[in-house]
Amino acid sequence: MTSRSHPILSMVTSRIGLGLLSLLIVSLVIFSAVSFLPGSYASAILGQNATPEAVAAMEQKLGLNRPWFLRYVAWLGAAATGDMGMSFAGRPVMTVVGPRLKNTILLASITAVIAVPLAITLGVLCARFRGRFIDKFLSTTTLASISLPEFLVAYIVMMVLAVKLQLFPSMAGIRNGMDFADQLYRMVLPILTLLLVILAHMVRNTRAAILSVMASPYIEMARLKGEPEGRVVLRQALPNAIGPIASVVALNLAYLISGVVVIEVVFVYPGIGQAMIDAVRNRDVPVIQACALIFATAYIGFNLIADVISIVSNPRLLHPR
Amino acid sequence: MTGRETIPPVVEMTDLRIEAKSNDQWSKIVNGVSLVIRPGEVLGLVGESGAGKSTIGLAALGYLRPGARATGGTVRLLDQDLLAIPEEERRPFRGTRVAYVAQSAQAAFNPVHRVMDQIVMVAVERGGMTRAEAEGRAVDLFRALQLPEPETFGRRFPHQVSGGQLQRAMVAMAMICNPALIVFDEPTTALDVTTQVEVLISIRKVIENFGVAAIYITHDLAVVAQIAHRVAVLRYGQVVEEAPIDRIMDCPQHPYTKSLWAVHEMPVAHAADHGTKGAPLLSLTDVSARYRDFEVLNGIDLTVGQGETVALVGESGSGKSTLGRLIVGLKEPAGGQLLYDGKPLPHRVRRRSAETLKQIQIIYQSADTALNPRQTVRKIIGRPLTLYHRLRGARREARMQELLRLVELDETHAGRLPGQLSGGQKQRVAIARALAAEPRLIVCDEITSALDKVVQAEVLRMLLRLQARLGVSYLFITHDIEVVRAIADRVVVMQHGRIVEQGDKDRIFAPPHEPYTETLLASVPDMAVGWLDRIIAARAA
Amino acid sequence: MDQSLHSRPVDPGRMTRALRLVRSAPLTAKIGMVVMAIYAFVALFAPLLAPYGEVEVVSRVPFEAWGPEHLLGTDQLGRDFLSRLIYGARNSIAIALVTTVISFTIGCLLGVFAALVGGVVDQAISRLVDALMSVPDLIFTLMILSIFGSSVLNLILIIAVLTSTRFFRISRAAALNVASLDFVEAAKARGEGLLWIAVNEVFPNILPLILSELGMRFCFIFLNIAALSFLGVGLQPPTAEWGSMVRDNAALINMGDITPLIPAAAIAFLAIAVNFVVDWLLNRASGLSDEG
Repeated sequence: MTSRSHPILSMVTSRIGLGLLSLLIVSLVIFSAVSFLPGSYASAILGQNATPEAVAAMEQKLGLNRPWFLRYVAWLGAAATGDMGMSFAGRPVMTVVGPRLKNTILLASITAVIAVPLAITLGVLCARFRGRFIDKFLSTTTLASISLPEFLVAYIVMMVLAVKLQLFPSMAGIRNGMDFADQLYRMVLPILTLLLVILAHMVRNTRAAILSVMASPYIEMARLKGEPEGRVVLRQALPNAIGPIASVVALNLAYLISGVVVIEVVFVYPGIGQAMIDAVRNRDVPVIQACALIFATAYIGFNLIADVISIVSNPRLLHPR
Repeated sequence: MTGRETIPPVVEMTDLRIEAKSNDQWSKIVNGVSLVIRPGEVLGLVGESGAGKSTIGLAALGYLRPGARATGGTVRLLDQDLLAIPEEERRPFRGTRVAYVAQSAQAAFNPVHRVMDQIVMVAVERGGMTRAEAEGRAVDLFRALQLPEPETFGRRFPHQVSGGQLQRAMVAMAMICNPALIVFDEPTTALDVTTQVEVLISIRKVIENFGVAAIYITHDLAVVAQIAHRVAVLRYGQVVEEAPIDRIMDCPQHPYTKSLWAVHEMPVAHAADHGTKGAPLLSLTDVSARYRDFEVLNGIDLTVGQGETVALVGESGSGKSTLGRLIVGLKEPAGGQLLYDGKPLPHRVRRRSAETLKQIQIIYQSADTALNPRQTVRKIIGRPLTLYHRLRGARREARMQELLRLVELDETHAGRLPGQLSGGQKQRVAIARALAAEPRLIVCDEITSALDKVVQAEVLRMLLRLQARLGVSYLFITHDIEVVRAIADRVVVMQHGRIVEQGDKDRIFAPPHEPYTETLLASVPDMAVGWLDRIIAARAA
Repeated sequence: MDQSLHSRPVDPGRMTRALRLVRSAPLTAKIGMVVMAIYAFVALFAPLLAPYGEVEVVSRVPFEAWGPEHLLGTDQLGRDFLSRLIYGARNSIAIALVTTVISFTIGCLLGVFAALVGGVVDQAISRLVDALMSVPDLIFTLMILSIFGSSVLNLILIIAVLTSTRFFRISRAAALNVASLDFVEAAKARGEGLLWIAVNEVFPNILPLILSELGMRFCFIFLNIAALSFLGVGLQPPTAEWGSMVRDNAALINMGDITPLIPAAAIAFLAIAVNFVVDWLLNRASGLSDEG
């Protein structure tokens, strides 16, 4: 028995393997997108008026005459070390994306730190008081608010808090030199908007995850043992819902990602979403690739963590026969 | 007995009425039930599915399932009318004064908590015991329930314990606060017969040792005869008959109670009744099958003659259903030879000719899942007519009606969906679908086990009549010895994917038996009081 | 016992049942249905309802204020805002609908197919879908559109393909559930072909579930297209589209004018209406299965 490794270890390892595999496939998709670009990559960099000789020289320099898989391996290897190549504008991609990535991580993590515990608490409350006022109220308002376009929420927040009440600046332009308190002050509106956007999804999904556990026979058994309803939810249902809730949270962090793009544009926040939209407008493919790869890595990473959490929280795997 | 009447009852239900909501309509599921249980007494609640047994059992805990409401009557537990007080005041009674044992312990134990934690929880929080006291009592109960390694048993998680053991652990959980009443809700129904005996013995012992009163809910009269002092027979939410167990078993009064013996009292079929058997229709030689690395069938030799009924008997996991699927071509054998009508039988459905497919049909245990809920009876029965016999239009309709009459239904059923039919009617439709092919061999996979006793007997009689008329052969997969006695010509006993013993029914049922057959036959409760006593006595000796 | 069901009332007609169903709906769902009907009406009869043409420049003054001539004023190019709002209903809804139908068809066909065939085919399709799903939709769409250019066709195709992964997942899971039931096995044992089983045995049983998914996905697609247009990579000018109308007139917001929020609110109302109806249908479906 002892010679065999713990089943959790092998499952977690295989999940990480699968995560890396999807990352590989995604990177391949992102990489090969370039080859669909009308016209050649080199002429795109040099502009319309470049001479054929210049284009050829550029292709030589960039190694574009090598077979695609060699280029892919080289690109991936460089990307892994944080080198995403040169943008069409002629600057290294990472100097464009790097500082903005930091800003977005700051924005997203502050939002997530507030949203996740709050959403789980509200979801648990809904499940505990199912069919009562708080549940009906939250269910209806969250259902309505998942139907709102992110930019509508953003503009309403801006209209009320910045334009009418003038409590916060409507533009969240933060710079490196600013002290942290000032940065935070300018980030209030984007954070608030993001919160409103993802809270609704998370509350609904957490509620559903707990309610589906609440349908299990052992929940009825706990009631038949006279356990108070609050304890039934917290002690009997919640530990069994950890896995599903983790996947729910991971799924909703994806809304955070797409929400970030729109909200950074509305509030002119210097983050990676804004960078991506600028790049899309200028068709600056290397920057787009870098942003897409970063977003995809984050997303795959969230899902991987959720998978691992649900494996580790499963008693059948944790305590094998 | 007169002395007992004066002792105050543990539970007294008077004119209890409960309704449940389905399809936006309230329907009565318990309709004026009055019951009394006195200290130390075990009341058996017997009835078929949907009779309202569980609802009454739960009402004894003052518990109504979501979507149910009490519309009248009282449930008096130890001088407290549970229905008259709000839920929050009812709750503390549960687990301490009245406890519940559910049908499936695997589902009723929370997978994330250790068995011991779940057992002692009520005792520590509301039973006034310290953790150590409660654990001590739990270990005593484990010992009384004959659980292995009672000292450490509780440290395991539910999934680390077998079904029969977990069921006994749930009895310990119910007993932990020494309640006045325990409600057992079909506690052995999900178990194999050999495991059932062990759990029955444990339950009997605990009830006797601790003198607890109990409601024992079951659909199986033979089981309740071993446990209960008194029996109430339920139908459509009403008590049709209530009497001491001996009287119910010896001279049942109500026609419905009598009908519970329907299968038991079927005339035992003998090979001679059908006349001589024809040549072998299907024969298997040294057949094996596996799921991945796991061997599910091994060295199977089996013959089914023309017009013969072969019963395949075994507990769950014996491989009997796999064997059925293998014969109809849904499971590929790993080795061995299949001969049908003297010719090799291709292994997979796709390789079989239309004629072969037509000749071998299968009927499943649950007509609920075997009939497409979105197809009418007409389409269900009509499809094989079109597929195998190229019948269409009026000729198809005529033949379909003929088949409906053959299975004792009529053309008014043709336009219905399965959801609009009763359990027995659905199974008849499934049989009609198999007959539509005009098969020579029908594999019947536990086809009566989801049916009520009366309906079981009707369906079995019908199958025998059809056999006499059409000369069809049956391979009858079942775990029910009663059914085997009623219809089989030959019996094949299986265990762990192998055939333990096979032969004519009279020979198999007469000693000497193979050891496993012996255990199997000995584990099936007799329809008589005292069977369990004899087993316990025999073990003690 | 078997005769007890003979007295069951005859099945009422489909229309009567549908009417009874609607009447039993909660208030939110009824509001939802009314709102959906209004939107459909506006979209269908846009040319009759709009006071001016979709791309007609009616005023020299951009951003004209609300007035009797132009009820909601004019946009950044001096076009009538109300008329563009009405035409926008047509464009936004039609494109979302077409996209939904395409992705539904692709996703469900592949999902049922993969579930029934199983084995390597199922594995291959499922892995591909997993990979597609591991990039957030909006990011993927942005990337593809920036390479192929934002034409209506590209927009529809890319969103349809990405959304079809969700339909694939749900229809495959539902079909796997149904395929494990005995009646599908019975059909296989009977010698039925795969297509027959898919059409006759599986599809009718998963339809209610995937229909409610259809409503939900329509909302997502509708919101997604609006977001893309808002970001400037969705529908291209001069087509009237609600998302791009918000973007084009966003400057007004800083002046405290709510006009640009009207198309955004129009998007929200329809999405809310659809979600209310879907929510009711889902609750009903799950409530029924609880009892069944």
